[in-house]
Amino acid sequence: MSAVTLNNIVKRFGDYTAVHQMSLDIEEGSFVTLLGPSGCGKTTTLRMIAGLLDPSEGEIAIKGKRVNDVPIHKRNLGLVFQNYALFPHKTVADNVAFGLNYRNVSKEDARRKVAEALDLVQLPDLGGRYPKELSGGQQQRIALARAIVIEPDVLLLDEPLSALDANLREDMRVELKRIQQSIGVTTVFVTHDQTEALAMSDKIIVMSEGRVEQIGAPEEVYNTPASEFVAQFLGASNLLSASCTGVSGGEIAVELPGFPRIVIPKQRAPTVSAPGPVRLIIRAERLVLKPEGTVAGEELGVDAAVENVDYQGQSARYFLRVGEQQLQAINMIDDHPFPAGSKVTVQLRAKDCAALPVEART
Amino acid sequence: MGWRLIRFYTILVYLFMFLPIAVVVLLSFNANQFGSFPMTGLSTRWFEALWNNEAIMRAFRTSIVLGLMTAAISTVLGVLASLALVRYQIPGRNMITTLLIAPILVPEVVLAVALLLFLNFLDIGKSFTLLLAGHVIFTLPFVILVVQARLISIRRDVEEAALSLGASPMQTFLKITLPQLMPAVAAGGLFAFTISFDDITGTLFWKPGGVETVPTQIFSMLRNSISPEINALGTVIIVLTVGLPLIGAALARRLATKSGG
Repeated sequence: MSAVTLNNIVKRFGDYTAVHQMSLDIEEGSFVTLLGPSGCGKTTTLRMIAGLLDPSEGEIAIKGKRVNDVPIHKRNLGLVFQNYALFPHKTVADNVAFGLNYRNVSKEDARRKVAEALDLVQLPDLGGRYPKELSGGQQQRIALARAIVIEPDVLLLDEPLSALDANLREDMRVELKRIQQSIGVTTVFVTHDQTEALAMSDKIIVMSEGRVEQIGAPEEVYNTPASEFVAQFLGASNLLSASCTGVSGGEIAVELPGFPRIVIPKQRAPTVSAPGPVRLIIRAERLVLKPEGTVAGEELGVDAAVENVDYQGQSARYFLRVGEQQLQAINMIDDHPFPAGSKVTVQLRAKDCAALPVEART
Repeated sequence: MGWRLIRFYTILVYLFMFLPIAVVVLLSFNANQFGSFPMTGLSTRWFEALWNNEAIMRAFRTSIVLGLMTAAISTVLGVLASLALVRYQIPGRNMITTLLIAPILVPEVVLAVALLLFLNFLDIGKSFTLLLAGHVIFTLPFVILVVQARLISIRRDVEEAALSLGASPMQTFLKITLPQLMPAVAAGGLFAFTISFDDITGTLFWKPGGVETVPTQIFSMLRNSISPEINALGTVIIVLTVGLPLIGAALARRLATKSGG
């Protein structure tokens, strides 16, 4: 049984449609991420699952039960917000215990559960403090403890890491995943950060302008983007106009000016079924710069000129020119980065490329 | 040089503002039977006279009752109105806010006459209820302004968190919103009480015959003679209308720091 089912839900605000016809099954115990830029409808979707917004059309079911007419306080959900949303006039322990007051839990049990929840988020000694005495990271842990102590059917996380500093965010990301796995609660996570989505999710739903662009495991979404939007939103990709000259068995052949013929495995281009114009997708980190004239092994080699270098310490982002095409490459730096203006040989492997038929453009 | 002049000037302004009040307070302790200088000795006889003056005491009780009722009604209405205006998408929200605030902007005399004419038109006579209604009308804007400002600073997601944890909307309001709103509710109530207690213009128009509040009582006493009792009464009113809000503000600050502002 799925924990959450969305059946053709639509959300309109006046004339504006925030979410178009969306259907989704979220498996029990899984960690699912709604990923997309701001305004893509991901938070609207989360708020509809929470019961903070009513869908204009369609059905929402939690654990097989239709909840369209069930108000939020009867849905048994854990909700964590970007800005923590702790109760400022209550102590940490009272914050965590709040949801237990509305469930049949004895005082004794409540105290034990609160202590367990605080242990789980590794802040066992802060029960007597007030929220404003805690750091942002601590507040978010308390918010998480408050949401999971009620043993919710679904845990809904609305950009919970976005308000934290960069370093803390990475620690919390690992921490959040650990907690989710240890209690096994079904989790819907909303973020605009592709790193968070890739690192934490069992399944990613990429959204854009109120529509689902792709649903898949992190690796699937990253390696085989179903649309140009997905290719560009997740990581830095080069999208090149090319033409498919042949489809045969498990491979398709792609040609574009300045490059040798590239033969891509079919599973990297599942939607290309006939010769014609295609978009060739190459991840920036899959283009490897070598000194000019390096002889290729099994890799394909392309001559390129470095136009610009964006130095980032351990790695560098290169802006390259190959004939008419402009490419981006992100490489680890070995010794020194290639300077702007230098001539290089760019190596790539055919199996790292993906392709989309041009009709798939949205 | 420049600063010394400014300091001197500032002191003069403050003297101009507060000296008359100080004189009233000082003269209320004068033993002399005329309410003027020179003082002949310290005495609380005028406070005793005040205590024994049935008319003043009656006016005092009327003012207190009127003030408390005005404060209670204005606070409840003000909180409800603020909740509706801040938390719900109401068509014409700005218009309604302006209309609710308008009684502050309209000259009180106009408001007083208007209400009177309106009730005359409806054939409803003057009564204590009418007086109370009038006071509510022009204390309500102050409550709304104070409460609304505070409500805007209470984050909606905090309430949503409470809802998600199983608290009904009513429980959420009582357990989460109201405790955070309390300093503003208290301040609004105090405003309403002091404004009602102080008011004379509207009260003169609306009060039924035989009912006097403290300001109208003073006003009618002054028409006959200036009695030192009035100085004593003035002192009492100053203590009430200045002291109470100060205590209230201090309380509100303490509540606010306890609840995390």
